[in-house]
Amino acid sequence: MVPVSYYLVLSAVLFGLGVVAFIFKRNVITIFMSIELMLNAVNLAFVAFARAWHQLDGLVFVFFVIVVAAAEAAVGLAIVITIAHNRRTLNVEEVNLLKF
Amino acid sequence: MPMLNYLWIILAVPLAGSALNGIFGAKWPKRTVNTIAIGSVGLSFLAVLEAIREFWRLSPDQIPVVKNFFTWMVAGPFRVNFSLRVDQLTIVMLLVVTFVSLLVHIYSTGYMAHEGGYYRFFSYLNLFVFFMLTLVLADNLVLMFVGWEGVGLCSYLLIGFWFLKQSAISAGKKAFITTRLGDMAFTVGILLAFWTFSSVDFGTMFGKVTGMPADTMGHAGVLTVICILLFVGAIGKSAQLPLYVWLPDAMEGPTPVSALIHAATMVTAGVYMVARMSPLFSRAPIAMMMVAITGAITAFYAATIGLVQTDIKKVLAYSTVSQLGYMFLGCGVGAYAAGIFHLMTHAFFKGLLFLAAGSVIHAMGGEQDMRGMGGLRKKIPVTYWTMFAATLAIAGAPGFAGFFSKDEILDAAGSGPHANIVLWILGLAGAGLTSFYMFRLLFLTFFGRGRYDEHKVHVHESPRNMTVPLILLAILSLGGGWMAAPHLAGGVDHFEAFLHPVFSAYAPQTTGIEQQASLAGSAGEAGGMEHNPGMEVLHAVTGPPVIVALIGFLFAWWFYIKDREAPRKLAKGLRGAYLLLLNKYWVDELYQAAFIGPLLWISRNALWRGVDAGLIDGAVNGSARLARGSGGQLRKLQSGNTRSYATWIVIGAAGFTVLLLGLWMVR
Repeated sequence: MVPVSYYLVLSAVLFGLGVVAFIFKRNVITIFMSIELMLNAVNLAFVAFARAWHQLDGLVFVFFVIVVAAAEAAVGLAIVITIAHNRRTLNVEEVNLLKF
Repeated sequence: MPMLNYLWIILAVPLAGSALNGIFGAKWPKRTVNTIAIGSVGLSFLAVLEAIREFWRLSPDQIPVVKNFFTWMVAGPFRVNFSLRVDQLTIVMLLVVTFVSLLVHIYSTGYMAHEGGYYRFFSYLNLFVFFMLTLVLADNLVLMFVGWEGVGLCSYLLIGFWFLKQSAISAGKKAFITTRLGDMAFTVGILLAFWTFSSVDFGTMFGKVTGMPADTMGHAGVLTVICILLFVGAIGKSAQLPLYVWLPDAMEGPTPVSALIHAATMVTAGVYMVARMSPLFSRAPIAMMMVAITGAITAFYAATIGLVQTDIKKVLAYSTVSQLGYMFLGCGVGAYAAGIFHLMTHAFFKGLLFLAAGSVIHAMGGEQDMRGMGGLRKKIPVTYWTMFAATLAIAGAPGFAGFFSKDEILDAAGSGPHANIVLWILGLAGAGLTSFYMFRLLFLTFFGRGRYDEHKVHVHESPRNMTVPLILLAILSLGGGWMAAPHLAGGVDHFEAFLHPVFSAYAPQTTGIEQQASLAGSAGEAGGMEHNPGMEVLHAVTGPPVIVALIGFLFAWWFYIKDREAPRKLAKGLRGAYLLLLNKYWVDELYQAAFIGPLLWISRNALWRGVDAGLIDGAVNGSARLARGSGGQLRKLQSGNTRSYATWIVIGAAGFTVLLLGLWMVR
């Protein structure tokens, strides 16, 4: 059996890629995707632990995360479409009116 | 004995009058206000008379009458009852207070007739009567202190009655704050008394003190400390050196107030207190000596200032300070009865002097400076004759009230058991000065030619409601001392005999020598009576006090009737002394420089600018400024740039992760 640490390393790498993309990308949809990447990296860690310790809790959590991610995608993409309609841009640098 | 069972009625009536006039008086016509004000004091006076009638029938073992109405406060062993006490001393004070108050109330209806705040004046005056009666009737130190502070409050309110006048406001504050200095010591004295006797009731305290070893001259025990502290309170209230400065300024108040509060009653509260606490004072020789010395020096000192004052009320004010000094001198040399006797006669003649002065001021249309008066004898005859009677009384002319009482005090200071030749000389000199400044006042005001514009000032005799009180008080100034008269012929002083039970009940055991001396004294008196009463009387009416009074009168006559240039020449000749007196020894300036100035400076610079504005406001404003400043910096984090938010989130998450890892590693 593959040791749990392998999965964790893969999860960490995926999460790190998500974080880096989250910070450095400007396109709002790419940022969205990087968030999904981070969520699924966490999901991978949950599943790995659940299997390693024969516990169902991790799996249950994964379902929750998937549900929340779906809801977030629905709302988030609606916002993205509205922004695209109104501002004619997907660059987050240009969407900065809400500030001090 | 119904009245003696319901002593609270004596107190309640003036309080009710004060409340009624104070709450509704503004809307009522003057007639109603008058009826309530005079009626309440009159009822109180009648109640006192009834109480005295019943008191007269009591057997000696039923005196003092102590009635406890309710428990006021209890804190562990500290217990204060609302209990009232009637003994001979109380009777004298009750009579004086209610009677003089009644006359002053009647007089005020004339004097204050044209003043605004009419109802307010009478409300305060009734309140004063209530507190003064509380002070006099109280059976414990704490209840006495209630009256003590209450009269101080009323004094403050009435001095500052014309509250639009800056000088009146300052005078009120000065009176309140100066007496407060004494009251602080008084409060400590009460607490120390409770600590010593575990009670503040007079009966319990006096009972316990008889079992205690008395302090001697060389040993200042707790009794001495208590007595001195209480006496410091009396110094403030009764305007003795060095706290007398408020009384002359208190003349800013309406004249009836000066007559009632600052001459007849409130300022004598200190004397009453010393007499009331005589069982303690008698066992504290050092405190007694302090009382006598303070009294004697004040009597002389205030009289010297009175010599050169030109404001008619200021002369009387310094005279009051001086006469209060005599009362303390009497108490201090152990002649409590003489002190109280002088308190009573002083209430009559000084009350009369102030009321007559008020009548003069009224007639002159507000003029108070004697240099602007003169020749009023024919124009206001009732005022003149009554004032003349009072002047004779205060100067100590034989047969008048002041003669008997002052003679007794000087007698006690000169030949009593605690006699002291220095005190006697001071008192005697003061008596001469008293005679001089009083006749000076009389001559300047009523004799010579008028030094005012006859066309501008319409001099008129006061209405009847002002002159009747004057006449009544004049009769008392004439006859108020005669109960002591048989004493002159070697007989019994009825006043002293009346008060004797109060002062002898808890008197310390006399030592053999003193007993012998008193025996010898009484034997001598009895011998004198056998020998020749006529000679005794002659001896008394030509004694030193009468002679110095006569000298004082002659000087006044020479200076202000015969040779009107003489005072000016003398003032020029003794310019230094004259300026010293005219400026009241610069005591006000000294206090200003030594106490008030520094205190104000500290208050302004350290307490106000330092503590209040700097520390307290600084802390409040500083925290506000800190919040605003840090907020101003922190809000820049909200840049509107999504990616910077993302960075912060990552940094935060990373920070937490590191923190958790760190904690886990430490564990």
